[in-house]
Amino acid sequence: MGRMELLSGNEAIARGAYESGVVIATAYPGTPSTEILENIKIYEEIYCQWSPNEKVALEVAMGASFAGARTLVAMKHVGVNVAADPFMTLSYTGIKGGLVLVSADDPAMHSSQNEQDNRHYAKMAKIPMLEPSDSQEAKDFISKALKISERFDTPVLLRITTRIAHSEGRVKLSKRIKNRKEFRFEKNPQKFVMIPAFARKRHAFVEERLKKIKKYAENSELNKIELFSKDIGIITSGISYQYSKEVIPEASFLKLGMSYPLCRRKIYDFSKAVKKIFIVEEGDRFLEDQIRAMGIELEAKLDELLLGELNVGKVESILLKKKYVKPKEIGRVSPPKMCPGCPHRGIFYILNRLKFTVTGDIGCYTLAVLPPLNSIDTCVCMGASIGNAIGLSKVLSEEDNKKVVAVIGDSTFIHSGITGLIDAVYNNSNITVIILDNETTAMTGGQDHPGTGITLKGNKTKALDFKKLCKAIGVSSVETVDPYNLDEVKAAVLRAKGVSGVSVVISRRKCILIDKESIKRPLKIDEEKCKICDMCIKLGCPAIISVSEDETGRIGKEKNIKKDKEKEKEEKSREEERPPIIDKNLCTGCGLCEQICKFDAII
Amino acid sequence: MKKVNNILIVGLGGQGVLLASDVISMAAFKSGYDIKKSEVHGMSQRGGSVTTHIRFGSKIYSPLIKRGKADFIVALKNSEIDRVKDFLSSDGKMIGVPEGFLDKLENKKTLNIAMIGILSKYLNISSKIWEKVIKETVPSKFQQLNLEAFEIGREAKF
Repeated sequence: MGRMELLSGNEAIARGAYESGVVIATAYPGTPSTEILENIKIYEEIYCQWSPNEKVALEVAMGASFAGARTLVAMKHVGVNVAADPFMTLSYTGIKGGLVLVSADDPAMHSSQNEQDNRHYAKMAKIPMLEPSDSQEAKDFISKALKISERFDTPVLLRITTRIAHSEGRVKLSKRIKNRKEFRFEKNPQKFVMIPAFARKRHAFVEERLKKIKKYAENSELNKIELFSKDIGIITSGISYQYSKEVIPEASFLKLGMSYPLCRRKIYDFSKAVKKIFIVEEGDRFLEDQIRAMGIELEAKLDELLLGELNVGKVESILLKKKYVKPKEIGRVSPPKMCPGCPHRGIFYILNRLKFTVTGDIGCYTLAVLPPLNSIDTCVCMGASIGNAIGLSKVLSEEDNKKVVAVIGDSTFIHSGITGLIDAVYNNSNITVIILDNETTAMTGGQDHPGTGITLKGNKTKALDFKKLCKAIGVSSVETVDPYNLDEVKAAVLRAKGVSGVSVVISRRKCILIDKESIKRPLKIDEEKCKICDMCIKLGCPAIISVSEDETGRIGKEKNIKKDKEKEKEEKSREEERPPIIDKNLCTGCGLCEQICKFDAII
Repeated sequence: MKKVNNILIVGLGGQGVLLASDVISMAAFKSGYDIKKSEVHGMSQRGGSVTTHIRFGSKIYSPLIKRGKADFIVALKNSEIDRVKDFLSSDGKMIGVPEGFLDKLENKKTLNIAMIGILSKYLNISSKIWEKVIKETVPSKFQQLNLEAFEIGREAKF
């Protein structure tokens, strides 16, 4: 009997890779997939690495698979877009060692820029897709995916969502299987060299393969019929199965562990066995459209359920045909903020004061779009800041272009910014790029990358030198500044904007969450000197609390509702007259507020 | 004891909502219950609102609690109560930070564990398991401090 553990979906996937003899795992960090590799790194038997981006991660995994090694590659849903080029042709080459690509989708966009439904990728690439419904299945399906991969010479997509990745449940562990330790690459150009003549043959193979996998799907235990009440039949997969079970446990279920290609025969049989059929799926009408096309009559899904993630309340509205009432927004959700001592803050304070147009990118610094910093003007995808700035520079007047900068984090720059910078130099653009180098991948919790000089396994390696790289690309001027020095930042940005051609400012300081050593004595406000001008509040630092915004103020306001309005006003104005407070538990002593206080009231 | 226990934990990033949820779910796991816990990573370190759902009992399907079905809401910050109060069931219990409670704690960062102390009185999980799980979850140098905080919560009038 295996030991039981409480594991998140991501931890279970890591365990699944270990148990099923995976020897190499690659990824680029991205919520909600990051913890898969962070948990794989504890297993000595698996070589694992962060790659600069998802495309490279998949190509590394492919290389290892071509030599016969079992491989796992993990990424968030939008990462699959980056890896889509090798992914689509990997379907043609097939594999040698089993290869599973984990796509972690983020419906409701807890930490993403879109909520695309990556199930479409399996259909587009014509490869099988498995969808686990809990942590136990997340672990078990890795082993199943690798077996399917090797049996049919295909990559397999394991698609999870945030609620699978970040939910914990009981998991029964097994031992690692014994597998080969040595691998050889055997020449096979007809399979591995996708020139048109060979690729045409492989496409025919892909179509034949899909037919075989369809047959497999009919008999696979991955697709389970649970026949109970014949009044309602529910066809579902992934997390939606759990919500449906919660609403009508006594209904009949067809649970699709393999949600592409569909087990058509099984679906027909199931539809005949029950009176009404509901499809419960999160995101697009992926199952619904295919099953409708089979001529099966289905109960309709409401359009509003295409948005965000499902939950028990929403599934109840589908199954019990109640109108879905969106819960009223009550109370205030506190938005996330840049941390106290965040090295990004100084840059965005200056860009806001300069009233610049800022093309932004993906990272913690995107939070600078919110008040009071209000300084990010675009955010689309990894690396887009530089291309967007080039585009603006080509159509804006010279005068307006003088007020445009691109900002991009260190990890994001390595991921997708370098080619943009080469474009800028190559096409004689006039742009300024600020690389926000905090020496980590902060947004996803602080992962190393090629710039940090440390690998995922914790080994030392060569660190990428941004300055040298920019110079080699042909950037006209490169300057490094400390973002804790506001005067220096302002002067460097203005100098960079004065350069004709491409200029880069590297804002270099470690993320405060990994650099505990630079935390200094907390500052405080001298109430005698403070003129309550609220300049320090404009930094948007969580450690500086305007008394009118304070929790005590909020409670005060709540009580005020019962009082008459005049009294409320009076009380409010009295509150506003008090100087802000610096929370000594939060303040890191970075000194930005000290620099902008005109009255020397911050000490 | 009810068949399923639904517990919602709310607070702000940096308050230890995730650690508190780890302690409760691990204690339920060690007591032999089926358990599911759901949380969202990514923005949680940055001072924003954080919510975790914990459900345990004989058999659990959904990792998320339905609105109106939470047996307990534990709020590490009372200002966060508003946005989740419609999750509470009609006979559920709202556990906010009692007045003056913070002052009883030697270190305010142990509030998360102290609040579990209050919650623990209503759950069918033994003191031994709570103690063991707290010891295993918090860094060793803060063990004693947290165990004391737990006791302060357990003894608090609520």
